[in-house]
This record gives sequence, structure tokens and C-alpha cells, in this order.
Amino acid sequence: MPHDVSNTNAKSSTPSGLNVTVLVSVGRHPLTARARRSDQDARAVEMALTLQSASVSLLHAGQQDSENEEAIRGYLGMGIDSVDLIEQKPQADVIPALAKALRASAAQLVLTGTRAETGEASGITPYLLAEALGWPIITGLAAVEKIEQGTAVVLQALPRGKRRRLRIRLPAIATVDSSAPPARQSAFGPAKRGELAIHLEPSAIDEALGTWHIQPARKRPKRLKIVKSSSARDRFKAAAAKADGGGGQTLNDVTPEQGAEAIFKLLKEEGVLR
Amino acid sequence: MLDTLLPILLFSALALAAIGAVRRVRLWRQGRPSPVPTISGLMQVPRRYLVDLHHVVERDKYISHTHVATAGGFVLAALLAIVVHGFGLDSTILAWVLLAATISMFIGSLLVAKRRSPPPSRLSKGPWMRLPKSLMAFSIGMFVVTLPTAGILPEGIFQSGAGWIAALVLAAVIVWGLGEMFFGMTWGGPMKHAFAGALHLAFHRRPERFSNRAGGEHRSTGLKPLALDDDRTKLGVEVPADFTWNQLLGFDACVQCGRCEAVCPAFAAGQPLNPKKLIQDMVVGMAGGSDANYAGSPYPGKPVGEHAGTPHGPIVDRAGGALVDAETLWSCTTCRACVEECPMMIEHVDAIVDMRRFLTLEHGNTPNKGAEVLDNLIATDNPGGFDPDSRLHWAADLNLPLMADKREAEVLLWLGDGVFDMRNQRTLRAFISVLRAANVDFAVLGTEERDSGDVARRLGDEATFQSLAKRNIRTLAQYRFSRIVTCDPHSFHVLKNEYGELGTPETPADYHVQHHSTYINELVLADKLTFKAWKGGSVTYHDPCYLGRYNGEYEAPRDVLRALGIEVKEMARSGYRSRCCGGGGGAPITDIPGKQRIPDMRMEDVRETGADLVAVGCPQCTAMLEGVVEPRADIKDIAELVADALIIKTPDDKATQSKPAPAASRTVLEATP
Repeated sequence: MPHDVSNTNAKSSTPSGLNVTVLVSVGRHPLTARARRSDQDARAVEMALTLQSASVSLLHAGQQDSENEEAIRGYLGMGIDSVDLIEQKPQADVIPALAKALRASAAQLVLTGTRAETGEASGITPYLLAEALGWPIITGLAAVEKIEQGTAVVLQALPRGKRRRLRIRLPAIATVDSSAPPARQSAFGPAKRGELAIHLEPSAIDEALGTWHIQPARKRPKRLKIVKSSSARDRFKAAAAKADGGGGQTLNDVTPEQGAEAIFKLLKEEGVLR
Repeated sequence: MLDTLLPILLFSALALAAIGAVRRVRLWRQGRPSPVPTISGLMQVPRRYLVDLHHVVERDKYISHTHVATAGGFVLAALLAIVVHGFGLDSTILAWVLLAATISMFIGSLLVAKRRSPPPSRLSKGPWMRLPKSLMAFSIGMFVVTLPTAGILPEGIFQSGAGWIAALVLAAVIVWGLGEMFFGMTWGGPMKHAFAGALHLAFHRRPERFSNRAGGEHRSTGLKPLALDDDRTKLGVEVPADFTWNQLLGFDACVQCGRCEAVCPAFAAGQPLNPKKLIQDMVVGMAGGSDANYAGSPYPGKPVGEHAGTPHGPIVDRAGGALVDAETLWSCTTCRACVEECPMMIEHVDAIVDMRRFLTLEHGNTPNKGAEVLDNLIATDNPGGFDPDSRLHWAADLNLPLMADKREAEVLLWLGDGVFDMRNQRTLRAFISVLRAANVDFAVLGTEERDSGDVARRLGDEATFQSLAKRNIRTLAQYRFSRIVTCDPHSFHVLKNEYGELGTPETPADYHVQHHSTYINELVLADKLTFKAWKGGSVTYHDPCYLGRYNGEYEAPRDVLRALGIEVKEMARSGYRSRCCGGGGGAPITDIPGKQRIPDMRMEDVRETGADLVAVGCPQCTAMLEGVVEPRADIKDIAELVADALIIKTPDDKATQSKPAPAASRTVLEATP
């Protein structure tokens, strides 16, 4: 159980240990829309807390109000003493502030959820941050296996339970999705006593965002796949079968240039690049 | 020689006892402060002992007679011995009374010895096995030494020839007796229960449990609220010194009779909990040391001697090996059977919940589904994580009157979280048909209702409980109703006994709350319901813990069954001794493994009566008992039995009666903006 893992690792921040920063956001419960710790971000915190001899710090950029504060305190309840809160205006683009804070910190590994549960929730933040910092990014982190001499060996989660072992150079940004271990329980006492270290930063107002109209997403009905078959075996096979993309292409043992070429070609075909 | 030796022995034993008493009191005072009325508390001791404590002891006639003879004889003999032999008052009458007291004590000690040959498994062995002999030593020694004073033996018989040898033997016996009875009383011997027990009665944390001359109900079962506002204090109990001092005193009063062990459903199921051992572990922690000297039944599956603690060391360690293991605390179903049976009035459930509070609120370590359930309660106000807006979906066809529309009603029907459970929906439907048959003016809160907070509180999450409770209180404050009726004894208990302390002057939370069985019984007595004759088989009734032991309602459900024409075949364990179904206290959520399941044992109790049907009055009991594999008796809620037997009035009557009701509600609807 994740709860049994002692979180003393996190507290004994040795200078020689790994500095891990987790970017956390205010989540939103899918049914009641109440503010809470975001599920994927909480999994990222959980992963950071289970790393051996890592010193974990939490970073959040956003506005500070009572509802948000309660949600952010949810992360403190996982056994963390303080969270750095960069105060930003509601319509600010948080990338510059986060990039500045991360550059100033000694973070070697930055963990975060794949996408936020509120706001744009485009999932683009980690990419923009990686670009701004010039760090590599890895998505869908399932586990960190070991960290030595400036590189980390990690498992990346692929669809259908597949895992891929990767070696990445630190510092790096890694995103965590629902394939990572679930977050431990947030305890009320530590959450209430934990410190919110508030830093004021100028907000880079996102002009475009101001013109947007934001409304809660609704689940779209899925088109039923009607299988015309009399035999139960066929229907079961159809229901359990992989949803094959069909047009995909797997490239093995190619040079980065060849890979980039293939991706470039695909993006042109799809009309993403012109 | 004895004339000089005896006062010395008596007074030195008393002096040593006094020193021991001071040490013992200092052990208790390690606990958190808890103000008590000192003088009036002490004044209450005789009544609390003779009435309330004796009332519990008397459930076992044998031991109650034994205890009256032994303890009564000892108290009288000890006082007279101090007067007659300590101060040398040469009174023949007093000496005769002293002789009578020692005889009574001797007879009592014979009965004590008989009960322990051989001792039943619930009794502790070890030092307790020597207690009958020590009692005999004291009584025989005092008897013989008093014979000359009473004039039965010539004065000075112990100063000549063989008398000297007899005197030496007698002195040795008296030293043994005094050692156990006076010295041992405050230095941790078996007689400690008398000293700590008397003070525990005086300074009990729930003085309202004890009766007074005015009579009336004396029950105190609601958990005490935890102050959440203070940022510095830790929440709940981490180390033994975090208990209040009078809780520690209560633990020390334990006489290790094992009645709690005998009734504990978790212990019987082989889960790692024994209430007696738990209390002894708290004593070990308070004094510091290991549990190796414990001489009773261990926690099932956990050998004695592997756990140790100190007053300021953690009770539960994440790695295990501290005073108790976490699963011991999570095995409890909070059924209160132990508290009900305890002749020393110890509050086991309070202690367990105090320790759970620390594990949940500070460690964030609620086992198994606990964390998920608590997260659901926080996010969706129900333990299952269902959409709170779907609370009334089950009743889409029932056209339930909503409080939000009516604003006031005679009865506020509290539906509880059973609305999300298909089995309980049948019970609710049945009860609503009963209410409609009796033309009761009722309304429901609908989607405004939240979980009552019962599960959160028993899982130690006081913060979520208080949040839910305060929001519920605010909702209830908007409406006018003369009573709340609910089919769920857990909601019933929480609304009735635990919301009161969370009310504010603007929104008081003192409600008149009734269980549906009580309310149906009132309807029956008021002749509002007519029943068909009972045609089913034989029926037994299972008392829900939160209705019976927690709230003393044993009769109304039985009266209702009787009104239906059912003769209840009682189980061996019914009424205040009813065995828990295993569904309380979040036990199905924390789900600590044992050797067998608690509901299986309960259905075995049912099978012994030969009943074809168990009447229940609680959604938890229904779920737990129906989870037992067939063949077994059917399980039906009292509301279902009543609804099945209802004679609905003729269609003409019904039409004239039911038509005005919707019309009335429509006018109300128009009146509200």
C-alpha cells in the first residue's frame, strides 16, 4: 500500500540527494466540480515521495483564494511541510513565472500531471516549460527505477499496459498520468499546519484567454459499434479487440533525423504544419 | 508480641499503600487535563458503585454475590481492623462485627476460588490466580487474630509456648494478606481495581452515564467532539499521555474479568482485537514496559510479548511493534458490546476512536477502502462517490414531497445513504407506503441531504464529520418539522446524540429524532394502521447496535412485530447483548481479515432459533446479513414486514383521502417564489 511507505525520505533532504520539484495544480472533482488536489498531480507527488533520498518541493502558480488554498493544502496533507505558491492573476500565462522559478531552483527532476483539471487543461504546460528551459520531457511516467550520475532510468507507460524503459539526462521534466501509482491519503492535520510560501511575481496576462468563454466539458456520447454477427464469439472478439488505428507505422532502429523526417511528413499530411 | 506487631504491620502497609497511591496518581496525571468536579465526584462514588456498577455486575448473579460477600467483608474488616488492632480499641462488640466481616470475606474468597478452578478462558491468570488465596490469608489471619479480642480465646494465648509459634505463623499470614490487600492495591497488584475503580467512578469522563435519584434515562453514547481549530495541538491520540487523565485512570481500573472479550464480535471472528488486552496495553503504555506479563487471551494471531510502549512513545508504529498494531484498532465495529458489559464502566470505543483519529487525521493512514470512502465523502457527500444530484433518482415514481417546496412538515424523513443501495431502496419504499397509508404529513430533503457523517467519524475523520454535520445542521435549520424519522439507526444516533454539540445559538441542533420502528409503533398505538393476519413462518429479531445499545430502543421494534401478530423467537444474544452484524464503525470498509466473518456468526445465532425470517431495522445489518450464503433465513426490514401486512383502505376512501394531498402541495408550490 502506498500509505505504508514511510515519507521520511522526503523530509530528510540531504544536500547530496536528488532535488525533485512537483508542479501541482488545483483540481476539480468530475461530479461535483469541487476544488480538490488534481488526481494526476497527486500521483506525481506520490511518485516524488517514494523516491529514495529525494528532497521534494512543491510549486504552484495561480491565484490565491480560499477554495484554491484548500485544494493546494490537500497536497500538504500527504506529508509535505510547505508548498511554494507563485501568486498570479486569474488570466495570467503561468509559463514564464514557472520557468523563472524552476531556473532559479536547483531542481533536477520536475514531475507534474499530464493535464490540469481546470482552466485550459490542454496539457501543453509541461511542453512549453521544457521548451523554455531547454530540458528533455518524458510523458506518461510509470516509475522511476534508479537515478545515478545525472541520468535517470525510468519506465514509461504505453497504452494497454505496455512499459518502455528509458534513460534520460537530468534535469528533465516528466509528466505522470493515471498509470502511475495512486496518491496516498491526504491527512487533515498536516494539511492544515503546512506552510504556503507565497511569492509575488508579475503576471504575464494571456490576452487571448480573456476573450475565451469557458464552460464545463461534457462527456460526448460514444458512437456504438454495431457488430453484425450471429455468433457470440464474434461479438465478444469485436468487443474485446484492440481499436487498431490502421494507418500507423512503427519505426525501429532509425536515426533521429529519419524519425524527425517521418514525424514531419505525418504532420504535413494531417495538415498540422503547412 | 502480636499486640505490638499488628499496629506496626497495619500502619506500615497503609503508609506503603499511600506512597503507591501517590505514584499511581502521578501516572494518571501524565494524561491531558480534563476538569472534573472533585468533591461532588467523590461524593457520588457510593451511589455509582452500589447502583450503577452493581447493576452491571448483577447480570452474572454468581459473581455479584461473590463480590458483595468479598468486597463488603473486606471493606468492613479493613476499617475495623484499623480501629481494633491498629488503634487497639478493646471493644468486644466491634471484634464480633470484625469476625463476622472476615467470615463473609472468607466465604466470598471460597467462591472466587471455585470460579477459578479451572478458570474460564476469559479470565486472566498470572497474579489473578493467587488472589483467592490472598483473600483467604487476609480473612483467616484477621479472624484468628481477633478471636482473643472477642473473648472467644483467652487473652494472651499467643504469648505462651506453642502460642509463640502460632503467633509467628499468624503474623506471616497477615503480612501476606496485608501485602496483597493494602500494598498491592496501589502498587499494581490485582487489587488495584478497587483503588483505581473507585476513583474512576468519581471522575468518569461521562458522568451522565450514571443514574441519580430523579430517575430517567442515563445513557451517554455519542462521541466527544474534537477541537479542530487549534493549530498547535495534534489531533487524536498518538501516545498514551495524549489520553485525558481520567481516561488513563479508567484503563487502570480494569479488573480483567474478560466480559468484554466474551462479547466482542471481532475477537470471536478471530480478528486481532481483544478489548481487555487493548485496555491492558494502554496500562502498559501508561506505566512503560512490555506486554509480556499479560496473563489473559492475546489478540487472535498476535503472540504476547512482542509489543512494548512508553507514556510518551507512539502507540501505533507504521512498521508495527509499538504498543498495538493498527489493524487491532481498525478491527472494532464500535458495537459497544464491551462498554455495555464492562462492570468497571470503561469506555473502550472512545479510546479506539481517539487513536483512530490520530491515524486518519495526522498519519493519513486509514486502511483499505478507508481513504477512498473519506475522499468520496469530502467530494460528493456520500461514501460511494455517487453524484449527489442523483440522490432521489430511486424515487422518481414516488413523487416524494420535498422540504424545499413545503418548508414545513410534521415528519422530516431522513433517507440516509441507503438511497444509493438497491436493497435499501426497497426498505425505503416500504416505509414510504406505510407513511402514506397512515396519512402522515412528511417531506424529504432530497438532494439537500448529505451523509450524516457517521462513517467518517468512526473512521477517525472528525474534520469530515464536522463539515458534513455543520452543513446538514444549516440545511435543517431552514425548515420546520416536529421530528426527524429515519430508517437508519446510524443516522438516527448521529442526529440525535452527536449533532447537538455542533449546533450554534442561531442553528440549534437538538432534534426530536426517531427510528422508523419507534414511529411505526406510535402509528400503531394511535390506530392509524390496520394489518392482515401474519401468515409467514417463525421470526426472530436482530437488534441493531446503534438502536439498542446506543439508544436503548429494544421494545418498539418488538411491539411492532407483536402488532403484526408475530411472536418473536429471541436469539440467545438479543437486547443489550445482541451480537453485532459486523457492519458498524467502518469495519466493512477497513475490512481487517479474521478467521470467520461476523455476519456468518450472527446468522448462526439465527439458525439456532430455527426462525425462517430475521426482522432487522438497519441498512447495514440488512446488507451484512444478506451477504451470508444460503441456505439461511430471509432478511426483512421491519418496514417491509409492516408494508406487506398493510390493509390499504378501499379505493373510494383512498381516492378521497389522497386527492387533497397533491392539491395541497401544489398550493404550497405556488405560494413559494
